[in-house]
Amino acid sequence: MAIVTGKKNQWRVWAAHVFLIALIAVTLFPLLAVISISLRPGNFATGSLIPTEISFEHWKLALGMSYMGADGKEVHPPFPVLLWLWNSIKIATISAVLIVALSTTAAYAFARLKFKYKTSYLNTMLLLEMFPRVLALVAIFAIFERLGAHFPWLGIETHLSVIVAYLGGVATHIWTIKGYFETIPQEIEENARVDGATLWQTFYRVLLPMAVPILMVVFVLAFIGTIIEYPIASILLREEPNLTLAVGSKYYLQDQKFLWGDFAAAAVLSGLPITLVFLFAQKWIVSGLTSGGVKG
Amino acid sequence: MSDATVSPTSLSLARARAQTPGRPWLAWIAAAVAAVFALYFVFSLYVAGQTLWALGALILVGIGFAIYLTNWSAAAKYTFPGLTAIFIFIALPLLFTMQIGFTNYSSNHLLSFDRATAYLLEQTTADESSLHEFSLHRPSDSMLVAVLVNPKTNEKFRSELILNSSGTSPIPVASTPHSLGDGLSIRERIAMRDYVQRLQFALPTGEVLSYASLREFAKVTPVWKQNADGSLTRAEDGAVYKPNDKTGFYENEAGDRLTPGYTVNVGFANYARMVSDENFRGPFISIFLWTLTFALLSVFFVTAVGTTLAVVLNWEALKGATIYRTLLFLPYAVPGFISILVFKGLFNQNFGEINTILNALFGIKPAWFADPYLAKVMLLIVNVWLGFPYIMVLCTGLIKSIPADLYEASAIAGAGPLTNFFKITLPLIIKPLAPLLVGVFAFNFNNFVLIALLTDGRPDFLNTKVPAGTNDILVSYTYRIAFKDSGSDFGLAAAISTVVFFMVAVMALLHLRMMKANQEKR
Repeated sequence: MAIVTGKKNQWRVWAAHVFLIALIAVTLFPLLAVISISLRPGNFATGSLIPTEISFEHWKLALGMSYMGADGKEVHPPFPVLLWLWNSIKIATISAVLIVALSTTAAYAFARLKFKYKTSYLNTMLLLEMFPRVLALVAIFAIFERLGAHFPWLGIETHLSVIVAYLGGVATHIWTIKGYFETIPQEIEENARVDGATLWQTFYRVLLPMAVPILMVVFVLAFIGTIIEYPIASILLREEPNLTLAVGSKYYLQDQKFLWGDFAAAAVLSGLPITLVFLFAQKWIVSGLTSGGVKG
Repeated sequence: MSDATVSPTSLSLARARAQTPGRPWLAWIAAAVAAVFALYFVFSLYVAGQTLWALGALILVGIGFAIYLTNWSAAAKYTFPGLTAIFIFIALPLLFTMQIGFTNYSSNHLLSFDRATAYLLEQTTADESSLHEFSLHRPSDSMLVAVLVNPKTNEKFRSELILNSSGTSPIPVASTPHSLGDGLSIRERIAMRDYVQRLQFALPTGEVLSYASLREFAKVTPVWKQNADGSLTRAEDGAVYKPNDKTGFYENEAGDRLTPGYTVNVGFANYARMVSDENFRGPFISIFLWTLTFALLSVFFVTAVGTTLAVVLNWEALKGATIYRTLLFLPYAVPGFISILVFKGLFNQNFGEINTILNALFGIKPAWFADPYLAKVMLLIVNVWLGFPYIMVLCTGLIKSIPADLYEASAIAGAGPLTNFFKITLPLIIKPLAPLLVGVFAFNFNNFVLIALLTDGRPDFLNTKVPAGTNDILVSYTYRIAFKDSGSDFGLAAAISTVVFFMVAVMALLHLRMMKANQEKR
């Protein structure tokens, strides 16, 4: 663009920089503050944003270690953060693997095979996906409460129930994978078919190896989606050792027992890896955003 | 795709052809195992009295086997697992929620009629005259001895016990003059309670004693007897309680009820409460209005901040836009449950960092969580922080697709940035942005996590029968009715969810229609 820029424009550029830097300062303030708080001794102390005295007491507690307090008493970790993190990772990994398996196979049929009411199925799926799961919490609770009466391994307070409940969220992933499959030329599979491969073989041995990138993306998306899920996990899991991170973190900040510093360390410890995974996958997530998904 | 990709796959294909057809029996064994498991599942549901669920499961299992064991449809083999998951965990719960909305399912009416009846029939009462004090002794490690003492006659009976015996028949006890000293402590007995509860003792007189309490055994008789017409008679005084399918309780003629009640259909009673119950309607309407306000204001502020940033960052004269963009994207990358809780701490009235700063600058300490209006302001601030990067990213993409010559033309005409924005940028991005904003609206309309983690809807309305928060939105309110407060009124919560369900349906259809309209224009 060849537009002559005058003095006035120079001022505007400077103003924009000031505006952006101010905004970024405000935006990043909570994130920086929480790091600083996690390094500040005590749960109630209000201090400067840059801690004058560095203490790792909150970090020790977050990592499951006890430390000797100033009054000579040993301070124990208030909550099993690492256990919660492990629960979260376990549930999210298994759910994500299953979600990828379910959505890949379905996406194959929607992308490559001809069958009746294909468009109706696709649209119904899209419509159903728009209803937040929060609306069906009572029913989800009732279903697992009743199942648990007969099959305790699938009832309330089991991780399996949470994993199973998450399996419904495959619709958007089916759309994503279907879109990717459609960009892969069909001729390769047709050749394989001519060579005598069965449908399953063309899918499993020809198409899937070419679709590994999208499978990774869907895995990461499903993983993040389940690890940050709160409502369903909060009704199905109630006992302390069973909780996921998303449900458990809340207990740090109760009105009666406000463990601000301990929470800060636990939050940085558990939030950082998820944030990094998200930033790493940002490129693909952003391209998915335009198709209408909203992060929860 | 290059040839290099094709050749290894065709090689592996050749291998695959050689391997797979040799083992059809493996597939049959797998199918048989799956069938046995599935039928066991269905059968257990049926035995448990969940006939309808059993039938549904049977149909689903039948369809599954029909698809995989025949060549009826190749596509169905691929879609069945995914579509079944969507059906069971998305569609079915929504339908089930609607159904629960017509019942009185709640903590007082948790059980089905059969289970509630069975529960009542299992109730027993101990005969006071036959009470015997009970103690457990462990004279040696391998030996466990039970001693029963009649407190009136001081007569003692003892018996050796075998741990983990199934204990169906009463164990005979023999009269003994000796006492064994101190028995096991209460804590040890509590640990053994499951075992002790199953024990029965037969006195030399032939009287059978069962578990009555942690310290006592006694002759135990059922409280209730079932009559032919389904009513229950109390053995003690002959009082008759009939099941009332309108209220979901066993009731006598005076209207006294037995707990637990059972789940019954109550028709539109839950919906009628929303419209006609004054105590309930007041907070319900305020909550509904706040839900709308919250969603609308969120969309407005998020869009305002997001588009402004997108426009500024898209300015060619601005250097370092990529760094700014990455930093501004950060709030979106941090998991919501963490950033919301971080704000909960930062906004804390007494030792939150935000009030520390406000106090230093202006000498004020706003009560963010105690004041209803400030709580709402706080919710909006946090929501904008969480949501603007999404709009920023979307708008950046849309602005990039605007042809540059439009701005060149406007520069020649001498237009300023504001004119550019309102006359060129905004009109061009609003069309593709609109359906996404409907999506953002729908998302915030049901933004349960924000409310649940930040304020829990508090502060509450004063003097309401069903506890309700001033900044609850509809979904957090239903969550509260169902899972938080003691009543656990699932029926009412499901009815409200159903109402919200229809509102969301309207938004979803609007969203889809606008998306479609946009696509057709392109």
